[in-house]
Amino acid sequence: MDYSLSEEQNILKKSAHDFLAKECPKDLVRKLEESHKGYSPELWQKMAELGWMGLAIPEEYGGSGGSFLDLIILFEEIGYNIVPGPFLSTVVLGCMPIAAAGSETQKKELLPGIASGELIITMALTEPEAFYSASSIKVEANVDKNEYVINGTKLFVPDANNADYLLCVARTGNGEDPEKGLTIFIVDAGDPGIQLTHLKTLNGDNQSEVEFRNVRVKNTDILGGLDSGWPIVQDTLQKASVALCAQMIGGAQAVMDMSLEYAKQRTQFNHPIGSFQAIQHHFANMWADINGSKYLLYRAAWKISEDIPAGMEVAMAKSRIGAAYRRVTILGHQIFGGIGFTKEHDLHLYHKRSISADSTLGNSYYHNQIVADELGL
Amino acid sequence: MNFEFTEEQMAFRQEVEDFTKQELPPDWDEKALYWPAGYGTIPFLEEEFKDFYDQLLLKLGRRGWLSLGWPKEHGGQNSMIKHAIADDVMSYYRVPGGDVSTAICGPTIAIAASKEMKQHWLPKIAAGELRMWLGYSEPNSGSDLASLKTRADEDGNFYIINGQKIWSSGAHIADYGWVLVKTDLNAPKHAGATLFLIDNKSPGVTIRPLENICGINSFNEVFFDEVRVPKCNVVGEINHGFYYVMIALLYERLFVGIGTFRKVLEELIEYVKNTRHDGQVLAKNPLIRNKLAEMAIEIEVLYEFYWRTAWTMDQGLVPELESSVLKLFGTELGRTLSGTAMEILGLYGNLARGSKWAPLMGRVSLGYMDSVSGPIGAGTSEVQRGIIATRGLGLPRK
Repeated sequence: MDYSLSEEQNILKKSAHDFLAKECPKDLVRKLEESHKGYSPELWQKMAELGWMGLAIPEEYGGSGGSFLDLIILFEEIGYNIVPGPFLSTVVLGCMPIAAAGSETQKKELLPGIASGELIITMALTEPEAFYSASSIKVEANVDKNEYVINGTKLFVPDANNADYLLCVARTGNGEDPEKGLTIFIVDAGDPGIQLTHLKTLNGDNQSEVEFRNVRVKNTDILGGLDSGWPIVQDTLQKASVALCAQMIGGAQAVMDMSLEYAKQRTQFNHPIGSFQAIQHHFANMWADINGSKYLLYRAAWKISEDIPAGMEVAMAKSRIGAAYRRVTILGHQIFGGIGFTKEHDLHLYHKRSISADSTLGNSYYHNQIVADELGL
Repeated sequence: MNFEFTEEQMAFRQEVEDFTKQELPPDWDEKALYWPAGYGTIPFLEEEFKDFYDQLLLKLGRRGWLSLGWPKEHGGQNSMIKHAIADDVMSYYRVPGGDVSTAICGPTIAIAASKEMKQHWLPKIAAGELRMWLGYSEPNSGSDLASLKTRADEDGNFYIINGQKIWSSGAHIADYGWVLVKTDLNAPKHAGATLFLIDNKSPGVTIRPLENICGINSFNEVFFDEVRVPKCNVVGEINHGFYYVMIALLYERLFVGIGTFRKVLEELIEYVKNTRHDGQVLAKNPLIRNKLAEMAIEIEVLYEFYWRTAWTMDQGLVPELESSVLKLFGTELGRTLSGTAMEILGLYGNLARGSKWAPLMGRVSLGYMDSVSGPIGAGTSEVQRGIIATRGLGLPRK
C-alpha cells in the first residue's frame, strides 16, 4: 500500500500545474468559451510539445509510454485550470480505442498524429435517446458491397467541430443481443455526408449534433472488428470516466483553494469570515468531500494502469465525484457571497463545469445502478 | 502509488481471520449487537461479555496482536497497517481488536511517559492483562474539556484526587482509569492538567452506572473522593496532560468499527434479496438499489480514509487531519447507514430486539439509537470540523 506519487509523477504534476497557471489564465478560458473554435491551437501545440498527448501512447507510435495513472495526474491539473479544448476527447475517447483495438495499420496511421498534436479525434456515441447502453443505439451502418453506409443522428458529440476523425459507434447487427451488433467506424470528419450543428452549452464547451447522411466507409475503417465494438466502447468509457473524475477533483481543489484564500482575507463584523464557525464547517466539508473522493479515483486509475478489472471502482468514483464537485462549488458560492454571483468573478466557470461534468458519462443515477449490479442486488 | 497489500500482509490478514472465526462462541452472531462507529453497543463494554473478552485479550496479547502499531523498542511491530488490518478483520465479526489500554493508552505511554512507566506498564498492556477507561468529560466539561474541575492536590508521594467524571465508557469493566485532572488552578487553561493512571480499586472511587438510550450500561459516572494516587502513576510530566490527551485522541479517532460497516452492508444486501414487500423483492426496488449503492460508495470512502491514516502513521507522520476526518466521516456514516437501514426495513424497523418478527437480530433499531453517540463522543462532529478548518486548513480562530 503506497499513497505517494513517484518522483517523476510529482515532477509532472508540478510542471503541469505551473505551465497551465501561466499559459491558461482565466481570461483565455473566458475568451475561448465565447469563441466558436473553443480551444487555442497555440496552447494545444505547446501541450503537444510537452508530450502530453502522447503521454500514454506506446513509444513505437510516437508517445512516451507512460501509464494511465500518469495521464490521470495530468488530467487533474487540466481540471484545476479548467483548460478548454479537445484533450479528453482526443487522448481518451479517440486515442484509447485505437491503441487498444486498432490494426497495426490504423495505429501507425493515427497514433503518431495524435501524439504530435496534429490530429484531433473524438467518439460519436450518444444519440437523442441513447446514452451509455447498447440497446438504444439507432445510428446504423448498412453493408453495400464492400463498404458500409452510415445513417442517423448522434447528439452531444464532444469536439466534433474541431475533429479530424470521428469514431462512430453504429449498429451493424440486429440479433438478440444488442451489445453484439455494434461496430466502431473511423470516419473522416470532413466527409460531405456529415452535417454538424453546434450546440450552445451552459459551460461553453464544444458539443454538436452530428447527422450522418449516407456516409460511406470502408472495411478497413472498422476499428476492432465487425459487431465487436461494444466491449471497446465500454472499456473506453471507463477510462474516460476516470479521466473526467480527475478533472473534476482538480476543479474542486481549485474552488477550495480560491475560497480559502478569500475567507482568510475578507472581513465582516471586524473579523475575517474564515473565523466564523459556519464558514469553517463549510471548509471542513469541502476538504472531506474532495479528499474522500480523490482516492476512489486513484484506486480506479491504478487498477486500470495495472490491467485489473475496475468496473466497481470506476462506477463508484464517477457516481461520487460529480456530486462532490457540485457540493464544493455550491459551498464555494456561499463563501464568496455576492461577488461570486458576478460574471466577472471566476467561480461560475467552475460551477458550470461541475454540473456538466457530473452529467457527462453518467451521473450517480446511472452509476449507482452499476454499483447495485456489482453488489449482486 | 499502489493499492495492493503485500503477501505478508495478506497472510497476516488470513491468520487473523482464522483466529477470529475459531475464537467466536457459536452464538456470537446472535449476541453481538455492535453498530459501526457507535459508542454505546461496543461488545467489550458490556458486563455480559467481560469474561469472554478478558480471555480473548490475553490470547491476542500472546500473539503480539495488541501492540502491532507500537514502536519496536516497546515490543511492537511498528506497523499501523497491520494494526488496521487486524482491526478490519475483527470488527467485521463485531469483535474489537484491542482494548482502550492497548489501542489508546499504550501508544500514548510509548510516546509520552517516563522510562520507568514504560517499563512497568507497557509489557502488561501488550499482554492484554490490563483494561482501561478514559476519564475526560465531566458534567460541566464536555467539548470544553479544558474547563474541567476534578483536581489533584499534592501530598508527599501521592496526589489526592477529588471530583467526578461522566460518560466514562467501560469504567465498570476496566482495571485502571486514564484520567485527566487539574493540577494547577493558576495556569492558562490548557496548561494546568495532568494525566493519571488510577486504580479502579482505590478507596474513594465510586462507579455509578448510566444506561444509554439503547438500554445498555455502556458508560458511567465515576466519583473520586479523596482518592490517593502514587506520583509514579502520573503519565509523562505534570501539567502536560492536555498535550498527551491530544495524542491519545488521535489514536481514539482511529476506531470506527470499519469492518462492521462491511458486515452490515452484506447483511442488508442479503435481506433485500430475500424479502418481498407488496409483491416486489426489495432488491429490485430502484430506490433501495440506489440507496445501497450510495452506502457502498461511502463505505469505500471510509476505507480510503482508514488505510491512508494508517499509512500516514507508518511514514512517521502525525495524522492530525486524517484522524479527525476518519472519525467525523465514520461516525456520520454510521448514522446515515442506520437511517437507510431503518427506511429499508419499514415497519419491521420499529421492532425491538427480542420481538417476534424482528429482522437482523433487532440490530438495526438498536443501531439507529446507538448512532446518536458516534458524532458526539471523542470530539463532536462540530469540534472535528473546527479542527480540520483551523489546524488543518489554517483558518483563523478569531
